[in-house]
Amino acid sequence: MDTLYIIAITIIKTAVYFGILMLHVAYATYAERKIIGHIQLRLGPMVVGPHGILQPIADVVKLLFKEDIVPAKVDKTIFKIAPIISLTAALSTFAVIPVNKNWVIADINVGLLYVIGIAGIGTYGIIFSGWASNSKYAFLGGLRSAAQMVSYEVALGLSLVGVILMAESFNLTEIVNKQTEYWYGMFLFPQIIAYFVFVVAMLAETNRLPFDLPEAETELVAGYFVEYSGIRFSLFYLAEYLAMFSMSALATICFWGGWTAPPILIKAFPILEFVPGFVWFLIKVYFHIFLFFWLRGTLPRYRYDQLMAIGWKVLIPLALVNIVVTSIVKYYY
Amino acid sequence: MIYLIFAYFCASMIGITLMALTRKNPVHSVLWLLLLFLHIAVLYLFLNAEFLAVVQVIVYAGAILVMFLFTVFLLGAKELPKGKRYTDLPEGKALIGLSLTGVFIGAFSSITTAWKGKYTIEYIEKIGNTKALGVMLFNEYPLAVFLLGIILLIPMIAVAVIAWRAK
Repeated sequence: MDTLYIIAITIIKTAVYFGILMLHVAYATYAERKIIGHIQLRLGPMVVGPHGILQPIADVVKLLFKEDIVPAKVDKTIFKIAPIISLTAALSTFAVIPVNKNWVIADINVGLLYVIGIAGIGTYGIIFSGWASNSKYAFLGGLRSAAQMVSYEVALGLSLVGVILMAESFNLTEIVNKQTEYWYGMFLFPQIIAYFVFVVAMLAETNRLPFDLPEAETELVAGYFVEYSGIRFSLFYLAEYLAMFSMSALATICFWGGWTAPPILIKAFPILEFVPGFVWFLIKVYFHIFLFFWLRGTLPRYRYDQLMAIGWKVLIPLALVNIVVTSIVKYYY
Repeated sequence: MIYLIFAYFCASMIGITLMALTRKNPVHSVLWLLLLFLHIAVLYLFLNAEFLAVVQVIVYAGAILVMFLFTVFLLGAKELPKGKRYTDLPEGKALIGLSLTGVFIGAFSSITTAWKGKYTIEYIEKIGNTKALGVMLFNEYPLAVFLLGIILLIPMIAVAVIAWRAK
């Protein structure tokens, strides 16, 4: 009876979390089109609803009713499984991400490692879709993405080691709690090098500009999902946006103090204490989401050899130096 | 309840392994292998070894299998070649059968219910599984850790040397 109760509560929690998350993702696509539009001196979507506010809903309806095309020469099973792997991996990350104090589905001890591990599984969706499509463009996109994600996962993991050293835990709640012990309330300042490495690796992990080589429109048409249409295409699209959210949430939790406000700010303006935690969390997450759109609107794409050089010759040495410095400082103070 | 879940994982792991071995297309085998690695990670969870479970996912499912896939793609093996193999010969079958039986007998005869010594379940629960592993590795087996690090360093140097000459 007790087990059933826990299972039922977890399912309800997951459903609520899922629903809210999907709403955020839908409106992130709208925000992206609006922000990029304004960066390029356009208006963005304006037709559906006032200022195009209902555009994402119209898009969802359109994608659901589009014909689902499976090309003749594809590997049918893997072609159908690949987007599901992508989406499942992107969604499972959120099981361990705390939005507020105790607002988390699974508060596990190895939360940080779990997020990194699941991000690695997400690569398979892309590689398998590229391979199963039986098309040169898709295959090249898939291989590029595999090499890119495996390389940048190393930098991403190493940049978080500094945070783990300071927090002495892999538990995401514990990491946030540890940050409130400092007067500035975030690991951003002592771990500024790690944060830089993390942000660059985050862009590459989610295949966003300036590192969107797996889908590079000018070279590969659309990269790994070129043969997909309708609902299966939208699953990939959803996975990409969910990955952006999970990476932003990870940056928020590990470097920006999660749902807590900096103690010094609360001391200066005691009224801020009444702001609920999830509001702080969302502000910080949406700062990172905005960063994704901002960089997309302003930076050109890197060449492939430049991408690999940045990953292996700049980011990984920087992250290693950060680990050594953090360990020494931690040992003596 | 827990036994039912355990039984499911054991049974499905055997099934998945068979599927991975019998696929004609190597890419399908890799997909089954991915499923197998995730199941093994759950098996670690049954032992309360959550750190090992996650490391299993990161290292094996996340990195090693990608290397397998790259190898398969590089060799361009669409389907395995059909021809006489060593395992088709009666001697080959007998050798493999006998050695597998030997491994099973060895494994079953050395089953212990729990690890005896300082690291009891209560102790690990108190200080946490990850910390227990770290304390044990770096305090009791530092030499092994250093040796492993050197073993991993040597191929890195080798790759760097090859890349240097290719220039």
